[in-house]
Amino acid sequence: MFVLVEMTDTVRIPPWQFERKLNESIAEELNKKLANKVVYNVGLCICLYDITKLEDSYIFPGDGASHTKVHFRYVVFHPFLDEILIGEIKSCSQDGVHVSIGFFDDIVIPPESLQQPAKFDEAEQVWVWEYETEEGAHDLYMDIGEEIRFRVVDETFVDTSPTGPSSAEASTSSATEEVQKKEAPYTLVGSISEPGLGLLSWWTNS
Amino acid sequence: MKTNACMSSLAELSLESAKWKLKFISAYFRRKDANAALLSNFEVFQLLTDLKQQRKESGKNKQSSGQQNLNTIMYETLKYISKTPCRYQSPETVKEFLIAMKGHKLTKAEKLQLLNHRPVTAVEIQLMVEESEERLTEEQIESLLQTVTSILPGDPDEQQRDSAMATEDKGR
Repeated sequence: MFVLVEMTDTVRIPPWQFERKLNESIAEELNKKLANKVVYNVGLCICLYDITKLEDSYIFPGDGASHTKVHFRYVVFHPFLDEILIGEIKSCSQDGVHVSIGFFDDIVIPPESLQQPAKFDEAEQVWVWEYETEEGAHDLYMDIGEEIRFRVVDETFVDTSPTGPSSAEASTSSATEEVQKKEAPYTLVGSISEPGLGLLSWWTNS
Repeated sequence: MKTNACMSSLAELSLESAKWKLKFISAYFRRKDANAALLSNFEVFQLLTDLKQQRKESGKNKQSSGQQNLNTIMYETLKYISKTPCRYQSPETVKEFLIAMKGHKLTKAEKLQLLNHRPVTAVEIQLMVEESEERLTEEQIESLLQTVTSILPGDPDEQQRDSAMATEDKGR
């Protein structure tokens, strides 16, 4: 679920923090910059693991702050392909089941990856697995708040950095920009179409 | 007046350099191996609890504005990880587990999943081990389950209940 990523960055320490230990200031700055943020094509950054190398600090003319190039390792949430994860059902919609792991919410299980046959119950707005046995079909509801075991099948990174002023199309593109802003920078697509996957309560032996 | 102009142009400069920094970082990541090392839930759990302890000890005089993101992500991640089997693990159990796993010929990713999830049924093993029908016989799956449940500590309440039920059955 978590990986260690080696990164490099130049950290700016303002003069009023010079009395603090350099390592502490740098750690704080890095966490301020990266914690709980998604880095494109890397994952959701959690916290700093360690600092591997500190290069010389420089002070540039016009700016009293010191600039230090830092090599460090950061703990990043980035599940590998086909990894099994356990999350909680947040909501269901026509697009599928939305799952959350607390610190990461953009996981969706599309209708085709649910245990088949599945149907969407409009009245209760939940997906239902129509489990067939010799006695007949059982309706297994995927209720909100239930723990669910799923497999990660795909991930998508969207570059949400601002594109800058788009001059002539400013008025028409403002609507599309709104839509773009709502897009999550990092989404996972899950699947529960295998034995053992789905709500934990479906597979417990007791 | 002159200093004001100077300051605003400096601000522009730092904004420009920030944009370049961001591009530099993402370009850098593409070159470096983004999966430098896999971390188990247990390691992240330890790291976050130590960090939390450190921050509590050093007092609350830090500027809370910038730290809010770190606080949020630490709290949420700890909350999630504390519900997984890793909260009962220790460095010794993890080491013991990895040594025991050497004989089973599993990939790093598979061992990591077994460590993080502590499966108790054969179905779960089949999910985590790729092509388990071809690579493992039924007895091997059983022995794998045995190793996992005996070395990795599970929920102590559940284990008490299970042993109580076992003694009940024996009594009959």
